[in-house]
Amino acid sequence: MFWITGLFNSLAFAAVLFLLAAGFSLIFGLMRVANLTHGAFFMLGGYLATSAIGAGFWIAIVAAGAGCALLGGLVQHLLVQRLAGRELAQVLGTLGLSFIVADQCLLIWSGDPISLAPPAFLQGAARLGMFAFPLYRLFLIVVAAFVAIALWLVVERTTLGAKIRAAVDDREMARATGIPVSRLFTVVFCLGSALAGIGGALAAPVLSVYPGLDTEMLPLALLVVILGGIGSLAGALIGSVLIGIIYTFGQILLPDLSYVILFLPMVIVLAVRPEGLLGRQAA
Amino acid sequence: MPNNNALTLNAVNSFYGDSHILQDVSFNVTEGRVLALLGRNGAGKTTCMNTIAGLMKPRSGHVSVFGRSIEGATPEAICHSGIALVPQGRRIFKSLSVTENLVVAKRRPTPSGRVVWDVEDIFKVFPRLEERRSHPAGRLSGGEQQMLAIGRALMTNPLILLMDEPTEGLAPQIVAEVGRIIGQLRELGLSIVLVEQHTNFALRLADDVVIISTGEIVARGTAADLIQDSSLLNNHLGVH
Ligand SMILES: Nc1ncnc2c1ncn2[C@@H]1O[C@H](COP(=O)(O)OP(=O)(O)OP(=O)(O)O)[C@@H](O)[C@H]1O
Ligand SMILES: [Mg+2]
Repeated sequence: MFWITGLFNSLAFAAVLFLLAAGFSLIFGLMRVANLTHGAFFMLGGYLATSAIGAGFWIAIVAAGAGCALLGGLVQHLLVQRLAGRELAQVLGTLGLSFIVADQCLLIWSGDPISLAPPAFLQGAARLGMFAFPLYRLFLIVVAAFVAIALWLVVERTTLGAKIRAAVDDREMARATGIPVSRLFTVVFCLGSALAGIGGALAAPVLSVYPGLDTEMLPLALLVVILGGIGSLAGALIGSVLIGIIYTFGQILLPDLSYVILFLPMVIVLAVRPEGLLGRQAA
Repeated sequence: MPNNNALTLNAVNSFYGDSHILQDVSFNVTEGRVLALLGRNGAGKTTCMNTIAGLMKPRSGHVSVFGRSIEGATPEAICHSGIALVPQGRRIFKSLSVTENLVVAKRRPTPSGRVVWDVEDIFKVFPRLEERRSHPAGRLSGGEQQMLAIGRALMTNPLILLMDEPTEGLAPQIVAEVGRIIGQLRELGLSIVLVEQHTNFALRLADDVVIISTGEIVARGTAADLIQDSSLLNNHLGVH
């Protein structure tokens, strides 16, 4: 009973993590940029959705995604692109920007947690024998699965995806082959930011939105990506499930050690397989 | 116009950090001809090719393609202007399939007057690649990877092909095949810069030759001249 419910909640949390980490991983893999605004976009997506909820749940989700995509495009164009090749400057720049975004959120939405009501038909629970699974969490899992499949199809089965992978393999040669790498970067950055925003918005009915949500989620996304392997979608999926399980059970069973049991697997994986579980071996 | 210049380098200087590699390099590639760029290890051949392709920026000097300067252009724009690079070490996209390596290089529309290549055309020239079309490119043999690198370059419908040691590390019969293909591409009207360590192989294919030594052009002439006067080759390249 405890295990089944815990596992279900882990998967629901993993679904949110995947939405956050998939874009983070793609951006990291493609551009070698650890985009530290990603956590802030997650939180901002949540806030945007709480403000747009008057127009309906679905519109609120779309608004969160679109707002973050737009902002992500600006960040890529005005900041990250200009710091091309200077990793430290990019890390510091995006980190600084994430503080600014968080501060503005605090100004606009104040410091109190805001929660978001799920649409009526997703309230309540599905009963299966003695178990009750909240419908909204089921919905999160379905959405994440859907996004995973869609992303996989785009990356693995389209020419756009092949160009992205080519740029990950050898950015210089991709450019010399006529692939518009910086435009691809912007597309991926917008897409990743939109996913983070949608993740934050979809998570709001469960986690609610509050100051500090960004800095709580960002290390988890980092963990997922490092565990799963940078730039690997399947890795992000597996990493999300692992971290979702460890995080959820860790908080229940060993709340005092929750950071230890979160980071320990990462340390072990890094020691044994530095490229992550599904990462590419360095060429 | 006869003797059209496809590619012109004019007093090009390239640096790696503080080390001055290319020193006032100037040469012309005539449309439809093969120019062999020869020189010892570390002479600056790859630096020259990468500078033309826009992978590194020259600190001074000009590169022009059919009379149009490509100064400050991005590698993408240089590719679109008609230059394709077959790089040293092949640098195919390892995690992509053979077909994907070709498809990502495809560009439409192409300005008129160019030979237009499609995946199927590449497979006609390189039947081996068709047999391996869905294999990950990283698992191909060296020779197959070289064919793929050439095919990928052709997919951009170039006017000028830069080939940086396309026979490096290949078995003799594959070297011969690469040579045959270079001849075919020349017949199609492509202008080619061929960097080679195999002097005899290069002289057989080339119309013109320039020799580079520690970043400077030290000799130039037609291939026929250099075959006649082997002292130049011996002085600058050592006996092969
Ligand atoms: N990334 C780099 N940083 C600094 N110096 C470099 C770099 N790449 C090459 N060089 C130096 O530039 C010079 C020219 O190198 P380049 O690769 O152009 O020679 P090459 O003629 O192509 O040689 P090879 O026949 O071995 O391919 C060499 O002295 C080399 O040591
Ligand atoms: Mg070289």
